[in-house]
Amino acid sequence: MSKSAQDGARILVVDDEPEIRKLLEVALGAHGFEVITASTGREGIEQTALEKPDVVVLDLGLPDVDGQKVVESIRAWSMVPIIILSVREQESDKVRALDAGANDYVTKPFNMAELMARIRVALRHLVAGQTTPIVEAGELRIDLSSRLVTVSGREVNLTKTEYELLKNLAVNAGKVMTHRQLLELVWGPEYTSDTQYLRVYIGQLRKKLECDPSRPALIITEPAVGYRLVASDGKPAPGAC
Amino acid sequence: MDETRRDPEAILSELRLQQKSKLTIFLGAVAGVGKTYAMLQTARERLTHGTDVVIGWVDTHGRAETEALVRGLPIIPRGKVEYRGITIEELDLDAILERKPQLVIVDELAHTNVPGSRHHRRYQDVQELLDAGISVYTTLNIQHIESLNDVVEQVTHVRVKETVPDSFVASADRLQLVDIPADALIRRVQEGKVYMPHLAGEALANFFREGNINALRELALRFAAQRVDHELTDYRERHRIKSPWPAGEKVLACIGPSPYGIRVLRAAKRLADSLKADFIVMHVSNPNFKEREEDRANLSENVKLATELGAEVVGVTDSDVSRVILEQAVDRNVTQIVLGHPLHSRLREWLKGNVVNRVISGSKGISVHVIPGESEQEVKVPPKRQRRTAVYPKLDDFAVILALLIGVTVLCKATGDFFDLTDVAMLYLLPVLYAGARSGIVVSIVTSVVSVLAFDLLFVPPLYHITVEDAHYVITFAVFMLVGITTGFIASRLRGQVDKTESAMTRTAILYDLSKELAAISQVEEFATTVTREVSRALGSDTVLYLRDADSQPRLFSANNDLSLIAEDKAEKAVAAWAFEHGQEAGAGTETLPGAKGIYVPLVLEGSTLGVLGVQATDEFMEDLQGKMDLLLAIRGLATLALNKLLLSLASQHVRNLEESERLRNALFNSVSHELRTPLSSIMGAVTSLTNPESTFTPDERDALLLTIEKGAARMNRLVRNLLDMARLQSGSFQLNTVWCDLQDVIGVAIGEFSDELQERVVETAVETGLPLIKADFELLVQVLSNLVDNAIKYSAPGSGIKITARSDEDAVLLMVDDRGRGVPDEDKLRIFEKFYRLKAPGLEQGTGLGLSISKAIVEAHGGEIGVEDNQPAGSRFVVRLPVEKLATEDLLIEGQSGA
Repeated sequence: MSKSAQDGARILVVDDEPEIRKLLEVALGAHGFEVITASTGREGIEQTALEKPDVVVLDLGLPDVDGQKVVESIRAWSMVPIIILSVREQESDKVRALDAGANDYVTKPFNMAELMARIRVALRHLVAGQTTPIVEAGELRIDLSSRLVTVSGREVNLTKTEYELLKNLAVNAGKVMTHRQLLELVWGPEYTSDTQYLRVYIGQLRKKLECDPSRPALIITEPAVGYRLVASDGKPAPGAC
Repeated sequence: MDETRRDPEAILSELRLQQKSKLTIFLGAVAGVGKTYAMLQTARERLTHGTDVVIGWVDTHGRAETEALVRGLPIIPRGKVEYRGITIEELDLDAILERKPQLVIVDELAHTNVPGSRHHRRYQDVQELLDAGISVYTTLNIQHIESLNDVVEQVTHVRVKETVPDSFVASADRLQLVDIPADALIRRVQEGKVYMPHLAGEALANFFREGNINALRELALRFAAQRVDHELTDYRERHRIKSPWPAGEKVLACIGPSPYGIRVLRAAKRLADSLKADFIVMHVSNPNFKEREEDRANLSENVKLATELGAEVVGVTDSDVSRVILEQAVDRNVTQIVLGHPLHSRLREWLKGNVVNRVISGSKGISVHVIPGESEQEVKVPPKRQRRTAVYPKLDDFAVILALLIGVTVLCKATGDFFDLTDVAMLYLLPVLYAGARSGIVVSIVTSVVSVLAFDLLFVPPLYHITVEDAHYVITFAVFMLVGITTGFIASRLRGQVDKTESAMTRTAILYDLSKELAAISQVEEFATTVTREVSRALGSDTVLYLRDADSQPRLFSANNDLSLIAEDKAEKAVAAWAFEHGQEAGAGTETLPGAKGIYVPLVLEGSTLGVLGVQATDEFMEDLQGKMDLLLAIRGLATLALNKLLLSLASQHVRNLEESERLRNALFNSVSHELRTPLSSIMGAVTSLTNPESTFTPDERDALLLTIEKGAARMNRLVRNLLDMARLQSGSFQLNTVWCDLQDVIGVAIGEFSDELQERVVETAVETGLPLIKADFELLVQVLSNLVDNAIKYSAPGSGIKITARSDEDAVLLMVDDRGRGVPDEDKLRIFEKFYRLKAPGLEQGTGLGLSISKAIVEAHGGEIGVEDNQPAGSRFVVRLPVEKLATEDLLIEGQSGA
């Protein structure tokens, strides 16, 4: 049980299933988090306002309010990180919730380690802000101030668009970026449905950065959602060839 | 359910048949044919075979041969009945009943007993004997059969009072016909063998004439033949043979546009039924007769009735009606022709001859039945709009005629005396001929007059005057007229024939095309659109088609034009609904709701209405109402049959689908129960071990148990995912979420799912450089590949390599997964893609049997193919082939390699 920045962080779990609430209470509590729970969307919004949690874990299949609506109403007045819990059949709901401002997602049935990692990434972004000039993921190092990209210390030549794409992934390292978000940030708001650009440029980036582009270790595809640059928090260094 | 169930009456009568007492009737045409003789002979045979035979009553009529036969047979003395002071001999019923022989001979079934006897009629005595279990031999003349009584009277002019009910005769177990040729019978009568000599002369003169005898013989033979036929039917009934036995007879009924055609059809139908014959109805249109509107209406009524009566209807166009009838009759081996007697005046018959007479004279062995055309109430035909049939000469033709006239005149004038008068007259015939050929009789007469006048005035001296001497040119004039009229007549006849043939050919072509199109259709919607499209094209009117929906209500299925009046208007829908409900035509031009804008004809088959075809009654349509209706009805008939066939095939398809889904449900049930229980058992076993307070595990053991739980849960998760995918793919709402996909990315995600399982394996990926993006559902492609990878892991040895290849192949990309396992046997190469099919081999991990079938469904939804082949040197290679949609390169905005 690592006791670091997240120590004592308050996590709001919004889920209508008592078993899931109980499980998360126990599991997250064991990692030193303070867990509060809500069983409906309305209660979740209320608790977010009253208890000011550091992270919200939000189930998408709530009986009263649509998950996207919950995200929207929280985002209206709070930037608290929101992690979506969803089942596989809710892909489009998940993407809409992410586009509405949720930070990340975990698919049910989930792996507790994965949820913990997402929570950690969210908390880190919350604490560190986006001021870190250097992002590292395994052997990949991106110096945002000098626009220098190296793999295992060797400089990699990127085109302007490739760099823009990588930069946006790097700034949000560890967190999923939806297709829409990336397209809007790199190409502009009028390109939000042209996913083929992303496919091509992600492919090119992988060729330049990954040692086996068919088994990417740095830029991970989140099917139907987007891409994620792996976060290098305590994990064995990926991407080493 | 639809098994051939037998009528209980039929079973009962069969049971009676098996009882001991049997009735045998020896049937003859007239007295003297030797019935009694035959009966006694048969009885003697029975006696020699040991049957207990007695004679109850025999009339030998003093015939020596007969009396000889009686001798040696035991006789029960006749009973005596007192009547008005006279003692009369009768059958001694009680004595026979008491004696109770096996078989009793009772002559003269039709005999009427003396008042005071037990029964009024002898057949009633016979019935009592039969009821008592005594078999009876008896005799009967055809004239005594009740239903034939009238006919016999017509033939012989002798009324027979003693009749036996048909039902009694029909109840006989055996009917034995006794027949001798007419001349033999007459000889016997003359020899006094039938009647006592003193009566013979009178009998011969009055009754035993050859004609009479033969007529009665025919009746008797026919009666016996019918009886045989019934026995056949009974046989079929007993042996449940449903299909009719081939009949040798064929009845051809000829109808025309006369309302009496109905009588002809009914009579022919009766005949065909009684002969169990094939029934053909032919109608001949004579191109020389101008058809009146009501004629066509009558004809189509007649044809309709013929169809209803189950006849095969043949339509022929020919001017020689009798010849065509005879030709058809010979071609089709017709044995009976039924004709109506036309109601023409005698004068017309004398002039034109009579079809009936000509058919009869040419019939050569085919029976011809002529049905008189009188005394039936005239069939009312609703007044319908008259169709313009006269053809007006065209202006062009006048111009040509005029040009010819002027041409001939100028030519003859210009050449002076080169032509003599005869030649000139001949040349003047040309315009007359032309007029006759092109413009009809009237114009040709006018042309004749003009030609003759021109000839007379311009060429016959004295020129420019009509003189008395010209009178002999009356002959020329008459010839001109004759030529003109004859030519005109022949030409119009030809034209009529050509027109009819042409319209018949167009009709045939339309129907042929339609039937071809309809035959290829497998969906009701497609059927509906095809029918409305073709009908609207053929008739030039907007068309709608209503079909019976699940609630047996008419539903508008298709309209060639959704905005047309008949498709939009509520009132029109009501008319269509009426036609549907009543199974009758309705709307404009019919007798029901004629104010409607459309004509609606129901699609009726075997009494149930399948739908309604509606056509907008445009002015053009109403102009040629009968012609268009004929075509519409013909199309309707075709469409009805096609629809019925389609519905039947869909119904059987539905049944097959149900069976298939039943099979799948069972397979699913088995698979799911097994697949869910196995991981569930391991999870529960591990958890209960861990929670058991008595158990003490080492940390390693704990970890092992926890790993079991994790693996079991993962397995259940996979199963649920597969089941949900299967459900999703099968649900109608399934849609591909197609985006541009990079196959390398797909491979990466798929392999990523198996990072744990693949740790100890070498996974080789070979992605062709420059492989195009393909348009597909990314997640589903990932799933296809993960299923294949999962299989490769399951069915090959741990540690053996797996290779994933992606390359382009013409206008497709191939995605291949190779393993080094034991491969798929050839006989399973197709079946492994079926739902719930699993390779059965010892030691193999059991899957759900869903993965490959899901993969197949996904690949096929993308328009691709999936298959398996053998990998070299061992293992299997799964190949997915996906079509490539070209991505426009300008869409990609690939920039040059400028430094970042």
